[in-house]
Amino acid sequence: MIARTMAIAAAEFRIQTRNRWLASAAVLMLLFALALTFAGSAPTGSLGVDLLTVAVASMTTLAVYLAPFLALMIAFDAVAGEAERGTLGLTLTYPLSRGEMLLGKFAAHLAVLAIAIGLGLGAAGAAAWLAGGAGAESLMALARLIATALLLGATFLALGYAASALSGSGAGAAGLAVGLWLVLVVLYDLGLLGALVFDDGGAFTSHVFPWLLAANPADAFRLWNVAGSQNVALVSGMAGAGAALPGWAAPLSLFLWPVLALLLARAAFARVEP
Amino acid sequence: MTDRDTALAIAGLDKSYGRARVLDGIALDVEPGERVALLGHNGAGKSTLIKLVLGLVRPSGGSIRVAGHAPGSAPARAATAYLPEQVAFHRSLTGREQLTMFARLAGEHPRTVAPLLERVGLIDAADRRIGTYSKGMRQRLGLAQALLGRRRVALLDEPTSGLDPISRNDLYAVIDEMAANGTALLIASHALTELEARTDRIAIMAGGRLVADDSLANLARAAALPTRIRLTAREGSAEAVQAELGGTRANGRAVELHCTTEQKMAQLARVAGLGDAVRDVEMIPPSLEDLYRHYCGEKTQ
Repeated sequence: MIARTMAIAAAEFRIQTRNRWLASAAVLMLLFALALTFAGSAPTGSLGVDLLTVAVASMTTLAVYLAPFLALMIAFDAVAGEAERGTLGLTLTYPLSRGEMLLGKFAAHLAVLAIAIGLGLGAAGAAAWLAGGAGAESLMALARLIATALLLGATFLALGYAASALSGSGAGAAGLAVGLWLVLVVLYDLGLLGALVFDDGGAFTSHVFPWLLAANPADAFRLWNVAGSQNVALVSGMAGAGAALPGWAAPLSLFLWPVLALLLARAAFARVEP
Repeated sequence: MTDRDTALAIAGLDKSYGRARVLDGIALDVEPGERVALLGHNGAGKSTLIKLVLGLVRPSGGSIRVAGHAPGSAPARAATAYLPEQVAFHRSLTGREQLTMFARLAGEHPRTVAPLLERVGLIDAADRRIGTYSKGMRQRLGLAQALLGRRRVALLDEPTSGLDPISRNDLYAVIDEMAANGTALLIASHALTELEARTDRIAIMAGGRLVADDSLANLARAAALPTRIRLTAREGSAEAVQAELGGTRANGRAVELHCTTEQKMAQLARVAGLGDAVRDVEMIPPSLEDLYRHYCGEKTQ
């Protein structure tokens, strides 16, 4: 099983590097991270924290949009594109299960994401460190940011496969991926915000809202990074919601999401008749 | 006969999409080393049958055994080689990389890849990206992956499409080699041409049913298609020739007769009896095309 999964992963990784996806994703992450790090360096003096802490807070906001976006862009073509080009049918006539094929692609795509996110956020972090200093706590926060961004990316890779398997064509899969991104990353928060305003500090705000926040992978990502570091919470001003939840809620959500999303993708893939 | 002897055993196979019945009671066995041509028009159900054998699509009824296993199961897939009609690969991989991936999926050592590329004449292009390949080269690469490992059953869907005549001869050689190694071959095609005539057996599908399944010689005998005799009469004698022999006037001077294989010699003797009135005789035996049309339920020419 490992040999077949690795065969798919090796071929897929080559395809991603040759399509220049790896290069463009890494450059995109790096440019955004550097820009945010130095544009967001203003509040260091007033809050009494080092530049890397501020940079991590800014990059958390960046990664919550960019990691899911990059993951979906890589993943949406995985099943629909291969079915459309006719490569899927031949591959599936080999003694390779659909789960093995999906895992092979997942491994390759996760490696692409890890390189892009690690390079982008890591380089921006190093630049902040050199320019404004860093402490043990802010370095820890950077490591946590990179690891959680990967978990978030893994979730959206798997959701992308599910979208790809559910829609018959590459164009349909792309549309579905954009829809997923909008709903989970943007509209979900807007909806919660609306509910908060309507509730005006009632039972919903104190009891239901924090759990709804943790249930969304993008918000769980934010919560974990904020809760993990007092200083990051201070800078991002998101301490309130995190304090109402037990410490395990956001990490549990962020670990469960990739697994559940992969199972969903596997189930959707089973229905594809190439 | 047990499943072990029959490489591919299909019995009572039905497939419906909604209310449309695509396959209706197909029964077809292919023995090890046997080459069977599967003929039919587009939409006759050939591709559906192949997808069912590959386990990519589930049947509505009936049974398929591939080397004794259920289609789509791991041992059945390990025993099956497939060459799709529109063979497609990842454009950004090289031929060698793509074939290595398939070798590893088939459980073969990557060492087996180079000799196969050599075998299909792609070794010089092995390290070029597949995006730069011509259609014939992609078809050769498709053939190379079908040769990976020792397969019990090979399904070739329109293997000659896109091949030039030289490649075609290579393909015949590869097919004969596979059959000699004991692989059961099912070759789908929408026409009865040279390749199909070289097979051991011909199965013809029309409208989702199997309408013929026999050797070419038996099919030709059973169809009893007429031989055409085309006479060119001397100037002014065409009418006299027609009056004597019957048949139809093709143009000013030609008369065309239809006769069965048994009547052929008697007819020729009558033609010879006309002496100078006939300047030329041409015999046209029924073509493969005529035979195919006959079994597909169309009028022959």
